[in-house]
Amino acid sequence: MAVAEPTTHGVMAPVTYRVTDRVQETADTFTLSLAALHGEAPPIEPGQFMMVYAFGVGEVPISVSGVTDQGEVVLTVRAVGAVSGAICAAQPGGTLGLRGPFGSSWPLAAAHGADLLVIAGGIGLAPLRMLVRQALSAPERFASFTLLYGARAPADLLYTAELERWRSGASVAVTVDVADSDWRGHVGVVPKLIGAARFDSARAHAFLCGPEVMMDFTVQALQGRGIDSQRIHLSMERHMDCGVGLCGHCQLGPTLICRDGPVYSHAQIARWMGVREL
Amino acid sequence: MPRQLDSVLAEIPLFSGLDDETLRLLAGCASNVRFDAGQRIMRRGEPADVFYLVRHGSVVLETYFPARGPVTIETLEAGEVLGWSWLFPPYRWHLDARALTVVRATAFDGACLRGKCLEDPALGYELMSRFAQIVIERLQWTRLRLIDVYETDGRR
Ligand SMILES: Cc1cc2nc3c(=O)[nH]c(=O)nc-3n(C[C@H](O)[C@H](O)[C@H](O)COP(=O)(O)OP(=O)(O)OC[C@H]3O[C@@H](n4cnc5c(N)ncnc54)[C@H](O)[C@@H]3O)c2cc1C
Repeated sequence: MAVAEPTTHGVMAPVTYRVTDRVQETADTFTLSLAALHGEAPPIEPGQFMMVYAFGVGEVPISVSGVTDQGEVVLTVRAVGAVSGAICAAQPGGTLGLRGPFGSSWPLAAAHGADLLVIAGGIGLAPLRMLVRQALSAPERFASFTLLYGARAPADLLYTAELERWRSGASVAVTVDVADSDWRGHVGVVPKLIGAARFDSARAHAFLCGPEVMMDFTVQALQGRGIDSQRIHLSMERHMDCGVGLCGHCQLGPTLICRDGPVYSHAQIARWMGVREL
Repeated sequence: MPRQLDSVLAEIPLFSGLDDETLRLLAGCASNVRFDAGQRIMRRGEPADVFYLVRHGSVVLETYFPARGPVTIETLEAGEVLGWSWLFPPYRWHLDARALTVVRATAFDGACLRGKCLEDPALGYELMSRFAQIVIERLQWTRLRLIDVYETDGRR
């Protein structure tokens, strides 16, 4: 787990950003580019998140899915409730408040020289997109790069054009839970793809994000192939409120996800993942 | 051909750890097959006297609704086993299977294998436990799909 240097940028009070671009990814998911109204966006590490405030509605944590060459912060948001719905509805020219970035980042350097596995389910590809881009920008650092990505149906896949481009630098397998007979790709759950992936389990590192149950099954499949818990990194995107380790809403065992996470090694949190009361 | 096959089989996870004698026995019931993209591999209701180990390519398991046409259930890839209806009566396929791409597979004669398992209970136990493991894994994957993880309660 890599923890970024503390930043003073919008820790408690949101900084206003203008929406410069809005792309519809799926029926309920949008990618927004946001430019700080004053000054520059802070440095952001892959895996970190921002607290995003839809003015007058509320604030929720959203992972950063990219930073543009112009320094805009890119977020991919699925509308599941009031706040995420309001963020998705923000139009170019509109404003949102951002605090952060917060949290730990993906320890990609740990995988240098080894096989790299990135495994995402649903909106879980968003927190991994910066990591994928970083890995593809220096492919010689990895023995191999495999990306396994699953969604409910073909229409729910994110970044479809970019996924195609990633195929030139990574072995990409995409699967869906349900499809009609027009779909030419895999049909089945993401962890099922692990069986056919090629990697040296004594050294490979896996980075995963998706629904917790999907991550649970995926971890089991990875361990079944001999990957050690220390080399399985995952992002725990549970409910949180303050984002800065004060309110305790996102407590997971002895850790606070907003402060110590969201990226953990499986070894760090295995004990707490399945505990129902947490 | 069977002599070559037993060394190929030794590298397949399903058969890993089996002794040479057992591998030779299995190879005696096996042959290599190839299907063109689009070619039907099995059809629901037809006799299930074989199972396949997919070595290359992708297979779609489907069923047919008169009003809707073929409905995809799942795809199987290299390294996966296709077919277990040969294990138990009435030895008929439950589903259709079609090659999505060119598929190369090893086909195992079910009647031949069942005969060998009956003659040699230790081999029978070994194969049954390996198949049970595959069936359980598929069941777990299916349960995961039943939960519909991407939709539940609006959660990711
Ligand atoms: C570190 C972190 C990073 C995140 N990154 C992203 C991202 O990049 N893109 C994105 O779309 N969402 C992301 N989320 C989830 C996002 O924060 C929630 O969807 C949002 O808080 C829901 O708020 P709401 O008011 O819109 O809906 P609510 O009315 O609060 O909730 C609507 C439904 O979503 C469920 N829900 C709420 N929060 C979560 C959560 N954290 N995980 C799963 N289900 C939840 C609720 O139980 C309810 O069923 C992230 C969460 C965390 C903790």
